Parts: sequence; structure tokens; C-alpha cells
Amino acid sequence: MIPSAFAYERVQTVEQAVRALQANPGAKLLAGGHSLIPLMKMRLATPTRLVDISGIRELRGVWKKDDRLVIGALTTHREIATDRVVRTHLPALAEAASRVGDLQVRNRGTIGGNLAHADPSSDLPAVALAFDAVFDVLGPEGMQTVPIDGYFLGPLVTALPENSVITAVSLKLPPSGTRSTYVKYPHPASGYAVVGVAAAARVEPDGVIDFVRVAVTGAGDVPYRAQAVEDALLGQHVSDDLIREAAAHAADDGSISGDLFASEAYRRHLCSVYVERALRKVLSRG
Amino acid sequence: MATVFGKAVKRREDPRLITGHGQYTDDVRLPGLLYAAILRSPHAHARIRKIDTSQALRHPGVVAVFTGQDIQGKMGTIPTAWLPPDSGIVTPPHHALAVDRVRYVGDGVAMVIAEDRYTARDALDLIQVEYEVLPAVVDQEAAMQEGAPQLHDEAPGNVAFHWKVGNFDPSAVQDADVVIRQRFRQQRLVPNPMEPRSAVADYNPATGEMTMWLTSQNPHIHRFLLSGILGIPEHKLRIIATDVGGGFGSKIPCYPDEALVGFAAKTLGRPVKWTEDRREHFMATTHGRDHYDDVELYGKKDGTILAIRVRATANMGAYLSTAAPGVPTILFGLIISGPYQIPYAEADVYGVFTNTTPTDAYRGAGRPEATYLLERMVDLFAREIGMDPVEVRRKNLVRAEQFPYNNPMGLTYDSGDYHGALHKALEMAGYAEFRRQQEEARRAGRLVGVGVTTYVEICGLGPSQVAGAVGFQGGLWESAQVRIHPTGKVTVFTGSSPHGQGEETTFAQIVADRLHIPVEDVEIVHGDTARISMGWGTYGSRSTPVGGSAIALATERVIEKAKKIAAHMLEVGEADVEFEEGQFRVKGAPSRQVSLGDVTLQAYLAWNLPPGVEPALEGQAFYDPSNFTYSFGTHICQVEVDRDTGEVKILRYIAVDDCGRVINPMIAEGQVHGGIVQGIGQALWEGAHYDEQGQLVTGTFMDYAMPRAHFFPTFETAFQETPSPHNPLGVKGIGETGTIASTPTVVNAVLDALSPYGVRDIEMPLTPERVWRAMKGAQEA
Repeated sequence: MIPSAFAYERVQTVEQAVRALQANPGAKLLAGGHSLIPLMKMRLATPTRLVDISGIRELRGVWKKDDRLVIGALTTHREIATDRVVRTHLPALAEAASRVGDLQVRNRGTIGGNLAHADPSSDLPAVALAFDAVFDVLGPEGMQTVPIDGYFLGPLVTALPENSVITAVSLKLPPSGTRSTYVKYPHPASGYAVVGVAAAARVEPDGVIDFVRVAVTGAGDVPYRAQAVEDALLGQHVSDDLIREAAAHAADDGSISGDLFASEAYRRHLCSVYVERALRKVLSRG
Repeated sequence: MATVFGKAVKRREDPRLITGHGQYTDDVRLPGLLYAAILRSPHAHARIRKIDTSQALRHPGVVAVFTGQDIQGKMGTIPTAWLPPDSGIVTPPHHALAVDRVRYVGDGVAMVIAEDRYTARDALDLIQVEYEVLPAVVDQEAAMQEGAPQLHDEAPGNVAFHWKVGNFDPSAVQDADVVIRQRFRQQRLVPNPMEPRSAVADYNPATGEMTMWLTSQNPHIHRFLLSGILGIPEHKLRIIATDVGGGFGSKIPCYPDEALVGFAAKTLGRPVKWTEDRREHFMATTHGRDHYDDVELYGKKDGTILAIRVRATANMGAYLSTAAPGVPTILFGLIISGPYQIPYAEADVYGVFTNTTPTDAYRGAGRPEATYLLERMVDLFAREIGMDPVEVRRKNLVRAEQFPYNNPMGLTYDSGDYHGALHKALEMAGYAEFRRQQEEARRAGRLVGVGVTTYVEICGLGPSQVAGAVGFQGGLWESAQVRIHPTGKVTVFTGSSPHGQGEETTFAQIVADRLHIPVEDVEIVHGDTARISMGWGTYGSRSTPVGGSAIALATERVIEKAKKIAAHMLEVGEADVEFEEGQFRVKGAPSRQVSLGDVTLQAYLAWNLPPGVEPALEGQAFYDPSNFTYSFGTHICQVEVDRDTGEVKILRYIAVDDCGRVINPMIAEGQVHGGIVQGIGQALWEGAHYDEQGQLVTGTFMDYAMPRAHFFPTFETAFQETPSPHNPLGVKGIGETGTIASTPTVVNAVLDALSPYGVRDIEMPLTPERVWRAMKGAQEA
């Protein structure tokens, strides 16, 4: 597994990274490398130059800013999974980050790299969708923000502007009292999500659901918000039947596809099962 | 000194291997080393119209490029070395590089030799090949159909061989109350040892000597075959396979790639290295299994099994690999009656060419296929007659007093206590209690099940006379040389070729035990044809019963000779001397003694040896067993099936194995663990899949699911020890038992869990979707 020849350049600032991308058509950013390098080894990706941004210190870290949780693009999955602020305010993100790949991948892989790569079976996109992620992006035109809505265009294709670098990802914190989770059915070979579900909900004392978010990854060409599920739940009284009926709509908003391991029909079924499981975790009372 | 036979001595090879000091083939570095890369066919079946290597040759750093045309007549073809008799077997030429036609995705088309590995790989992309794509066939039954694409002119209908064995007679089953018929699919598996294949060849034009480092389970067989292919006489060809990182059968065969490395080194006069990458391993290293088995079982309502028949079609891939034809025939057909007193049995086997990677032995090799269909049939039979599957087994198992037992195929099972192992496993599992709990669980809506397998394995391959009779083109004895050095330290040379099994430890235990010396004083040398006179290698669970027995005999010969010298030193007759606790003592006067160390020194000084005794202290043995050995046991698995998703969770796994006397229980248990994991891999996750065009769609670890540690509970294992009566150690093989037993155990457990649905069969691997569909299908029906 030998990649084709490429140049390597290590940059110290995001501005240098942008310039390097502009100057070298065919260049790719290298962060954790755990998605890109395997593709290069199989010669499915043949970048002529790797621009290594992994040494840019200011792109690491997690902090709260107003009602959002801001995560530096180079923060690793392991850092996110073990971060106290994340675990307190967005347990679903910590759970998803703790389920990415294996320990080695989590130690190297980054949230920015993961979301920029946009693998349709990756775990983090579900959480990003559920909590209205916004990307801070530096490009040739300067800083701009890119919302998660409309971000995933297809497998490995995003709405990120050309020659730009994600500097941070921010997630909107749900109202206090919200419970959130990420549940996943991993592929036995790759560990990627055959179906992964991020869910968050808050139930008022009278049993009415006043906040709910459900997003699904792995099941189709792009991860998606399960709007139909949310609509079925919002403003309703929690009950077993309600959860089951809502979960039946789990695949409605996705373009579900099948492969050798799990057919389209089975994946649709799994979407319902896993959405139901996730909902039971966040809606169970007590 | 306390005996070390039977002790859990820690593996002596491990400190070396886990600290990165092993000497694997790819670790070999030589001055002036060149690297090879092999261009492989992207098509399953195509005619090669034209190959243009000019651009690759101009690439800086490229030393040479060879195509099939370039090597024709300069090196031999790749041989098949197991030719089952009366099977009409045909062995069409297998060129090391395709000459005019490619027959599977991965078939070698050209080889680049370059100054470094990267250049060699890059240059592959510069070779232009014009293909005329031909229709391909990947399924063996489709390949036998009229009008199917034909692979070889020599094999009309793509049939490589047709072999039949058995004593089935319709009149023998006239009394049958029930006939069970079922078709099973043995899916294709990719061996995936941790170390990929590799070869380094170093040719000395001055002497005509060639040294090759190889990832080999049997370096002497490789020497024998490569000698013929490369035209280098055997005494000038040295094969070294010191550390080999697993094989599971895939490092038995003689491959085109390794032969090409030798050819290139000889042609260019510079050493050449080649190491496959994981993608190549998936494409170009032999695969395992891949059968369709149509089975009939005849039985009576009281649980008696009268007969079993199977018609198997085995997918051999595009060419017949070295040992491949023996796997679905001899190693499968002769044991389909298993551990039961089934008087009539028959196996009718077709070996078929297809446009896929050649298949060959894979851990268990034939015996898992036989055990799988038999154990599945026993459960179906039990269900049909409404008897507990354990009861059916108990009723039909060969009884302890019936050994030696002749099975209907002419094999003689050497020793056994099958009921003993069954009883022990049932006790460990709490079988009766589990059945009660199962009822409760079902009432609570949970799907739990249990599978029980009782198995017997042909291992310790084997008597050479039988090898000859069944068409194996070699012997199956083993060599050993035991040398006590003047200081009392011992070097043992063995023809076995361990590649992960821990025999540097267990073999040392055999010698240390007999000589009453510390294990640390014994060094085991293996895997080098220049240091070891001859050997047939490690496969078929033969190293300990055959190689270990050779070592025991050679050690006895050393003691015998030492005893002569000791008697002379003690001035008594040889018959009056006995060897105990490391001392040669005069019987009845144990204070008169000389130590083995003193005797050894005298043997080398040779100042005062008895008449007719030569100096030095060495023993040699060439041990040819009089029979196979037959390991056996009972495995039990409890599973729970997720009603919503079809996921299978293994709750408990119990294994009671009887491999005769156990030399090192820790290492034996390790073999059982690895085997179980690999066998369950087949049951639940693994499976190589080709699309219609012959592309391997499960060609990486991203889509070919290998078992992981966290998929399993802690295994509960135990040994029962029924010695083999015919080898000096009383041992049998343990390397393959887990793989043989665990596959049907888990599948039967899942089907037991699904018995409320009446599901008869689910094709392996039992992926969640397949299990879910089986439940859904049953509900809808």
C-alpha cells in the first residue's frame, strides 16, 4: 500500500495553509490523516502536496461562548470525548467522539478533518446536524461562516469554499434540562456507522416534549436531520406509542442506500430501531 | 528437577517477537537489494493482446520488467502437489506470469524490479496492457453449467476433478424413518495472517547457490518445488523461514510471486525482495473453503443415524494451488461421519475452476466443512424427531470401549472418550439449567439459544504410506536431530516449521523433560533447510504428534548412547544402568552415578569410550507415524439474538478438547482460543464476495470483517487427556480444533434461538440482516 509521490509542507498559521492551497492546485490539508492517508495508500486519492496543519496550536481546544460550544478544528476525538465541558453540556458529542474508529484513530483524528472529509458513515455529522453546527472558515476572501444546513452535498463532498480551512466548529447548546445521546450500529469491519443516531430532547414537568433534535448518519449518501421524527414528537406527551410511531418516520428524510452488508430495506429498518433506542434514552423519565 | 512436560511454561519466543527483534522475511536487508512489484490483472477473465513496458523501463530507478513472454521457457510452471487418485484430475499449466490470458483479478501480468519499493510500485502504473475482456464466472455451480465461460482447454466444463468415496448403499437405509435433506453454503474466506507473504532471493553466480527467505510453513517443500521451477539443484538452494507471522494454511502453497523473485535474482545477479501489501493478500494469496454441500441424513425415530451423504462442489479458483485438491476430498470426505457410529457414508466431490483467486488449505482445511454439515444435520435430525440434540449425539457417539474404531471410509480412530468430553462440557455449561432458563427467557420475549458440537478431527498428518495412497506428492514423516554440546547445552533441529504455534517452547519441554535439564538449556532450530536435513513442515495439526515425536525419539537415542558411555564409566553392564534425575545410576546402588554432563563431556573428549561407540553425542530420528491422531471434544455456545436487529451476541462459550497428553496447557489453550475466534469469524462475520464480473468487493479490512477481541466473552476451556496409543508422546494436534468446532456450534446456537420461528438455515456469515430476514420471512410465511 504505497501512495504515489507527493510533496509535504508543514505550516504554522492558517493563513499560510490557505496560501499553500491557493498556490498548489492538487494540494490537500493534512490534519490527523486518518481518512486521507488510507485513501492515498490505495491510490484513491493522489494529492500532489500535503499541507500539514497539525502543528497550528490555536486550532485546538473547547470553550463555551454564549449559547454555543466552540471546538477548535484540530481538537482530537479523544480530547472531545474526555472534555469535561463537552460531557457536561453536550453528552451526545462526547459519546459520538468516543465511538469514532479505535483508540489510535481517536488520538490522531480531528473534528475539523472529520467534518471536512464528510464520510457519509462518520459519527460526528449526526451530532453536528442535531446541534446546528456552524463552521468558522478562513479562505482567500477572509473569514466566513458556513452553516451545517446544506453543508453535506454528497459522499465526501461539502459546501466548503475552495482553498479554505475550517478553524473551528461551534454547536448550539440545547436548552437546559435537555438530555442527549448518540447510539450507533458499527460495521463489524470498518467500525463506521451502519446507522448512527444523535438525539436530544427535553420534557416539561407535565410530560410535554418542548425540545427535540434527531439526526441520522450512516444510512444514506448524506447524513440528515430526521425532521419527520422531530415533528411527530414536538409538543406531544411522551408515551411508548408516541416514541414508536415517531421512530417509524426515521428514514423519511434520508436518501437511504444499501450495500453488501446492509440492504436499503434493512437500513431503513435499522434507522427506526436505533432512533427508537436513542429516543428512549433521552425521553425516559426518572 | 521437576518435570516440565505438562507445565504452563511461558512462550520463549515472545520476548523476541513482541520487542521487535524477530527476523521476518521483510526484515532481511542485503547490500544491493532490489525490490519487486507485481502488476496484477484488473479483470477476472481477459485475453492479453499487448503489453507495453517501454515507459516503465525508462522510469528512473527501474532495473528490469518481466512479462509472461519474457519468462517463458526460462522458469517452470507452478505445480500442484496433491493429486487425489481416481479423480480424473487435470492440472492445466499455471504460469508464474500470465502468458496470453488472465483468469482472475490478481493474476500476475508483469513484474517490475527497481532500486526501491516506491519506484517499483510507481512503475506498475506505467505498464500499458491491452486486454480483451472475456466473460467471467465466479460461482462453481454456474461454472459447471453448459455455456459457461471456459477457463482451461484441459478442463471441459471447468471440472478440475471428480472424486467419490464411501460405502453408501440404498438397501442400507431401507429402515430409515426420516430423511433430512439440506443444502449448505461454505462461504469463501481470506486467511489474513498478520504477516503478509514475502520473499527475498540472493543468488551467487560464482557458486550457483541461491538463498531464499520465505514466508513458509514448509521450507523443505518449497525447496523441493522451487528447485524444479528455478532449475537450481536442491543442494544449492537454501530456504530460510525463521520467523513467520502466521499462515493458517496460506503459507503452504508454492506461489508464482515467490518463484518470480527467485527468477529475478538469478537473472539479474542481485538480491531481490518482494512483500505483498494487504490488498495483494486479499487478491493473490489463496483463499479458504467455498463449497456448496447438498447433504442427506438417514435416521430412525429413536435417534439412530443410519447414513450420511454429501454432494459437494468446491470452488478451486482459477488454478489448482499446491495442496488444494486434497482439501475438499481427502481431508473432507473421509471424515464426514465424524465422531458418530454412522455405518454408511458417502462423499461425492467436484472441484471446479472459476475466475477467482485459487483456494487452498485454511485452518482446519476440509475438516471444518465436514464437521459443519454433519453437526448442522444432527441438529436438524433432532428437531425432526423431537429429541434433544444432545441426546441424539449421546446415542450415536462412538463409545470409549470401541477404540480403535473403524469409520466407514476406512480411517481408524486411534483413541477417544467422546462421552467423557461431552459430559464434562455439559457440566461446565449447566446445560439442563440453561434449557430451563431458555423457556423462561422465551416467555419474556427474549431469543436465547444453545449449540452443542461433538467433533473428531483427523490430525497429525500422517503416515507417509497413506499420503502416497491419497495422492499427496510427498511424505508426511518428520525429522529431528538432538545435539548435546560438550557443555551440556542442547540444540534441537526440527523439520517442523512453527509460525506462531509456540513450539520453540513445547519442543524444548519435550527434550528438557527427558534429559532432566532446564528448558533454557534447549534451543530449537527450525525453518532453515541448510541446518535441518529434511522436513515436511507445519500444517494439519502435525507438528507436535509427528515433529514432536521425532524429537522424543531422537532424544531417546541420545540417552541410549549416553547410557553405554555411562555404563563404561561406572564399569557395569549397560542393563544395570538407569537414567533418573539427570544421573546415570547403577541399579540397586544409586550412590554409584555419573551425571549426564560428565557423560557428555566424555563423549566429546573420547579418551575412554566403550568399544564400538563413536565420539560425540547426537541423536537423529526420522519418524513416520503409523496412523493419524484423532483429537476430539465438545464445544457449547450460548447466544442471544436481538429481536429487533438480528444481531447475535455470544453469551458464553465452553470448549472441552482432548488432544491427548498436553505438553503446555497455556499454549494449548491459546491455540483453542485462536481457533474458536477464527471459526466464529466464519460463522458471524467473515466472507469474501465477488461480483458478477469477478471483482472482489470485500478486498480490504474496511469491508472484510475480521473478528475482534471485544466481539467475544471470556472463553471457558478445559482439556480431557486421552493419550494417543501410537506415538511416543501420547499427543494429538490442537491447532485446528477450535476452528473445526466453533463454526457449527455458533450457527446451531443461533438457529436454536430462532427455533420459535422454525428457521432451518441461514447462510454464513450470519450477518444481522440475514438473521433479521430469516425471522421476518418466518413471520410472514
